[in-house]
Amino acid sequence: MSGAFRIPGAGRLKQAKTARFNFDGQSYTGIEGDTLASALLANGVHLVGRSFKYHRPRGILSAGAEEPNALVEIKRDAARKTPNVRATVQELYDGLEAQSQNRWPSLSFDVGAVNDIASPLFSAGFYYKTFMWPKAAWKSLYEPKIRAAAGLGISPDKPDPDHYSSRYAHCDVLVLGGGAAGIAAALAAAETGVRVILADEQAEFGGSLRFETGAGIDGQYGFAWAQAAIARLQGMDNVRVLPRTTAFGYYAQNFVGLVERVSDHLSAPGHDLPRERLWQVRAKRVVLASGAIERHMVFADNDRPGIMLAGSARTYLNHYGVAVGKNVGVYTANDSAYAAAIDLKKAGVNVAAIVDLRDHPTGPVIDEARALGIEVNFGRAVIRAGGKLRVSSMTVQPKNGGGERTIPVDAILMSAGWTPSVHLFSQSRGKVAFNDETKRFVPGTYAQDCVSVGACNGTDGLSATIDEAYAAGEKAAKDAAAKTAKSNKPKVDASESWSRGMLGAAPGAGPDTTVKAFVDFQNDVTAKDIRQAVHEGMRSIEHVKRFTTNGMATDQGKTSNMHGLAIAAEVLGKPIPEVGLTTFRAPYTPVTFGAIVSHARGPLFDPTRKTAIHPWGEAQGAVFEDVGQWKRAWYFPKGGEDMHAAVDRECVAVRKTAGLFDASTLGKIEVVGPDAAKFMELLYTNPWEKLEPGRCRYGIMLREDGFIYDDGVVGRLAPDRFHVTTTTGGAPRVMNHMEDYLQTEFPQLNVWLTSITEQWAVIAVQGPKSRDIIAPLVEGIDMSDEALPHMSVREGKICGVPTRLFRMSFTGERGFEVNVPADYGQAVWEALWAEGQKHGAAAYGTEAMHVLRAEKGYIIVGQDTDGTVTPNDAALDWAVGKKKADFVGIRGMARPDLVAKGRKQLVGLKTKDPKVVLEEGAQIVEDPKQAIPMKMIGHVTSSYWSENCGRSIALALVAGGRDRMGDTLYVPMPNGVIEVEVSGMVFFDETGGRLNG
Amino acid sequence: MLLIRCPYCEEERPELEFRNAGEAHIARSANMAGESDDDFEKFFFIRSNPKGIIYERWRHMHGCARFFNAVRDTVTDKFIMTYRAGEPKPSKLPIISNEVVAK
Ligand SMILES: [Zn+2]
Repeated sequence: MSGAFRIPGAGRLKQAKTARFNFDGQSYTGIEGDTLASALLANGVHLVGRSFKYHRPRGILSAGAEEPNALVEIKRDAARKTPNVRATVQELYDGLEAQSQNRWPSLSFDVGAVNDIASPLFSAGFYYKTFMWPKAAWKSLYEPKIRAAAGLGISPDKPDPDHYSSRYAHCDVLVLGGGAAGIAAALAAAETGVRVILADEQAEFGGSLRFETGAGIDGQYGFAWAQAAIARLQGMDNVRVLPRTTAFGYYAQNFVGLVERVSDHLSAPGHDLPRERLWQVRAKRVVLASGAIERHMVFADNDRPGIMLAGSARTYLNHYGVAVGKNVGVYTANDSAYAAAIDLKKAGVNVAAIVDLRDHPTGPVIDEARALGIEVNFGRAVIRAGGKLRVSSMTVQPKNGGGERTIPVDAILMSAGWTPSVHLFSQSRGKVAFNDETKRFVPGTYAQDCVSVGACNGTDGLSATIDEAYAAGEKAAKDAAAKTAKSNKPKVDASESWSRGMLGAAPGAGPDTTVKAFVDFQNDVTAKDIRQAVHEGMRSIEHVKRFTTNGMATDQGKTSNMHGLAIAAEVLGKPIPEVGLTTFRAPYTPVTFGAIVSHARGPLFDPTRKTAIHPWGEAQGAVFEDVGQWKRAWYFPKGGEDMHAAVDRECVAVRKTAGLFDASTLGKIEVVGPDAAKFMELLYTNPWEKLEPGRCRYGIMLREDGFIYDDGVVGRLAPDRFHVTTTTGGAPRVMNHMEDYLQTEFPQLNVWLTSITEQWAVIAVQGPKSRDIIAPLVEGIDMSDEALPHMSVREGKICGVPTRLFRMSFTGERGFEVNVPADYGQAVWEALWAEGQKHGAAAYGTEAMHVLRAEKGYIIVGQDTDGTVTPNDAALDWAVGKKKADFVGIRGMARPDLVAKGRKQLVGLKTKDPKVVLEEGAQIVEDPKQAIPMKMIGHVTSSYWSENCGRSIALALVAGGRDRMGDTLYVPMPNGVIEVEVSGMVFFDETGGRLNG
Repeated sequence: MLLIRCPYCEEERPELEFRNAGEAHIARSANMAGESDDDFEKFFFIRSNPKGIIYERWRHMHGCARFFNAVRDTVTDKFIMTYRAGEPKPSKLPIISNEVVAK
C-alpha cells in the first residue's frame, strides 16, 4: 500500500505502479503519477518545511504552482541539487530524494524557531528599521547573518551538468492553460486548420476538472472528456500540445516565453533529453485560460501543517486518491469548500464540522452536506487553530463574538473564494478592472491581441466557460488567419458553480488583535503587519508591499495579494480599486537560469574567433590571450621560458634579425568606388585625394566630437580602391560608423564598403632580415627599396597565391605585412617560417608586439587613448589635414575645451630606477608629499620592460605633458612612491633609420 | 521582443536584428567647420528625449544592414511607422491602436 492515507478506489493513479522515494532521510512509497506532495500526504506527512522569517512549521497548502510553503530541495546527485522546488509541482519518480529547507538541526526541532517567540522584533519593516545603521555594518554583519538565518534553500555549489534547449515557434493561436476553457478554445481554433499551440503547466490537462466530480461534457466525466479532447488535438498536424509547460512571461507583440520541464519527472532521464526547454513563441492571437487560484482564510495560526486549501484537498482525493486527514474541519466563506467536504465524506473521511462565515447561505451543496450528516455552522468563524507540528483542533466562535468551542481535527480545509489568474493578462500590459459585486479583479482593457476566457476572466460555471472559450477560439482563428469551420462545440451536461467569497482578515484576526493570521505564508506576513505598514504611513499598495514584503516571495503572492490589498484598503478606509493592485511581473513561476541561458554557456557563451594561423601557434605551444572574441598568440615560450623571458627573446630577435607575427585579426575594410577618395577624406582626418595608388598612409578616424575613434594603415590599391585597416577590436564599430555616414550623411557618394577581415590572413614579417625572408617567395613584385619604399603596397603573388604585400612597420624595423587569402594563411606562414629559420627569425606574440610598438611610441587606440583624447593630445597633429574643409570631427576638435591649455597629453615616462616597471593605470602626481586625496595630473597608459632599451619604458597621459619634458613626477604606489622623468614617446631609434635598415 | 518593420526588407523582423542609432532628423551642417559653438552644441549634444512620440534612427544590422527612420512611442514602446533614410519627417502619423475594451 502506497501510504496509509490512500483511499482504495479513489483517484486516477494506478496503485500497482509504485515509486520509492526519500524525504529527509526517511523512505516512503508513492505511486507513479503522484506529485511529491500527494505522495507525502498519502503517507500522512504534512510537515514539510519551516517558514522564512519565523521558522514556523509549515505544511502543504495547495496542489499546484501557487504553493508558498512546501518548498524542498530535490537532489539527484552531488551536482544536481535544486532548491525551492514546490513539492506540489514536482512529479514523483522512483528514487526521488527530497530534503526540507530552512531548518536546523531538524524539521521537527528547529533552533531558528526562536524567531517566532521573538516575533515582535521581526514585524513589518523590521529589516529597514533595524539594519540600516550603522551603514557599514550592513555588508559585513547584518546581511550575511540575515541571509544565513532566513532564507530559502541552498544554491547548488557545482556547475550544472544538465543541458537545456531552446526553440522559437510561431503560431496563429496560442492557448495558455489547458483546463476546460483552454481545451475548448484550442478545439475551436484547431478545427479551422490554423496553427495552434496549447500549453499547460501540469503533466495532465484538465485544470480544475481534476477535482470537479460534478462536471460532465459530451456524455463523459469532465476529466475523461479533457483527456479525449487532448488526444484528438495531439493527433492534428496543425496543433502542438505542450504539457508541463508554464507560460512565465508575456512580452510585446504577443511574444510569450514558456518553459517546458522535459525530464524533471523522470527517474533516469536519458542523456539525449534536455532538462528543460525554453519556448519563445510569437502568436498572432493569444487565448488566456489560466484559471483561478483559491484563497485561504486569514485567521490565527492558519499556517499549521494540515491546514490547506479546500479545492486542493479535493484534488488530492479525486485525482491522487489521498485523504488529507481522518477527521477534517472545513472553514469557508463560499460554496466551493462544501464540495470538498462532500467528496471526503463520501470517501469515508470524517468531516468534523463545516464552519461557514456567511449568515444564511443556501444551495444544493449545502443541502447535500447536511443530507450526508455533516454538521454545518453558519455565521461562525474559526478564530484559532490548535497544534504545532500538525493542526489538532479548530476553535469556533460566532463571528460577532460569543462562546468558543474547540473541535478536534487533523486537517482544516479552507476557502475564501477564488482569485482569477490575471498575471499573464497584466504582464501583457492589459489593465484589470475591479468587479465590486464579485470582489475580484478581472481583465478590463486589453493592450495586445489576446483574450481571456473562463475562470481567469471571472466567468463562472462550466457552460458559460465553454461557450465563451469556444467562441474565443473560433474568433482567434478567424482574426489570425481568416479561417472558420463548422462549429462543433462541446456540450456541457453537468457543472459545478460557485463564486463570491471574502477578502481580508476573518473575525478573530481583526485590528484589535495581535494574533499571527498569515496573509503571505512564504514571506511570513500577517494581517497585523499590513495594518502596521498603513499606520506607519504607507499609502500606496506598492509601498505596503515593499514595507511588509507581502507578495514579494517566489510565489509572487498568488494566494496573498488580494487579502493584503483588502486589509490595506480597510485600514485606509478606501475602496479596493482606489488602493490599486500591485504590478504583476514575469516570471509567473521561477525559471531556471539554465532554461534562459540554454546552450549559450561555456565555449558557446560567446563566439570564439581563431585565425587561419591559429593551429600553427597551438602546435608551437603558444600561450593565447583573449582580444575581444579573438584568440591571439600572446607569446611563444621555448624550453621552459616564463613569459618575461619569452617576450624579451622575441623582442630582441625582431630587432636583431626578424620576427613573424600573426596580424590576421586586424580589422580590414575595402572602400571601393568612384568616390572612394572623397569618402576617405570625410571619414579620416588625413588627406587622401593625392595619395598615389600603391602608397599607404597612417589614418586617424575621429567621431564627430573630435576624439580619436580608431586608427590604422590604409593602402590605396587603385584610384577607386582603398584597403583600410582598423584596430582588432574596432573593426565592427568602424564599419558601422562608415556605413552610417555613407548611408545617411553622404548618400550622394558612390562608394561600396566591404568587410574583408576574414578574407585575408595577415603575416607581419618585421626586422632587418624581413626582405630576405620574403623575397624568395614573391613573384611579380620588385622588392627593392626604390620600387617598394616604406609605406607602400603592391599586389602580386607569394608562394603562388595572390597577395597584397604592404611595406609597413609597427615595430620601427624594416617591415612587411603579407596579406594572403585566409585559406592559404597557414601554408604561407609555414613557408615564411621555413625561410625565417635560415636567418634565425622568431615568431612573436601580441605581448612582444606591444613592447616593440611602445619602444617606438606608436599608440594603441583604446589603450593609450580612452575616447577623450584628440589627435593633438596624442601628438598626432601631423596626421590632420590642415587644408581640409570637412571631415568627421573637424568641428568637435575645435571646441574650446579641446583646444584649451593644460589638456592631458601623451608623453613618455622613464623611471629614475630603470629596473622599475610602472603599473598601467597608475596615477601620476606633481608632489608626493601633498595631503591625500592628492591632485592627480595623469595616468600611465602603457608600461613594459624593454630588453632592447635595457630599461623600463612607459607612455602616459599627463596634463600639459609636452611642457614638462625632463620634469620629475611621482607615481604613488602602495609600497612607496616611484620617481619618473617625463620624456618623448620614442625610446628606440629616435631618427627612424631602422625602417630602411 | 519587439517586431520592427524594416522599410527596405518590407518585413517585420525581431528586435534582435536591429540596433538603435539615436535621434533622427538631425542634419549635419554642410559647413561643419564654420558652425558656431552654440550650433555645434545643439547639433551634437542636445536631444529631445520626449515622453511620447520620438523620431529615431535604427539599423537593420543583422539583416539588410540599412539605416532607416522610425516613429516610436516611448511610453508604450510601440512602433508607429518606419520609413527609409532620407525621406522627410512624416507630417501625419497613422493612428495605431489595437486596444480592445472588454464587454
Ligand atoms: Zn532590412
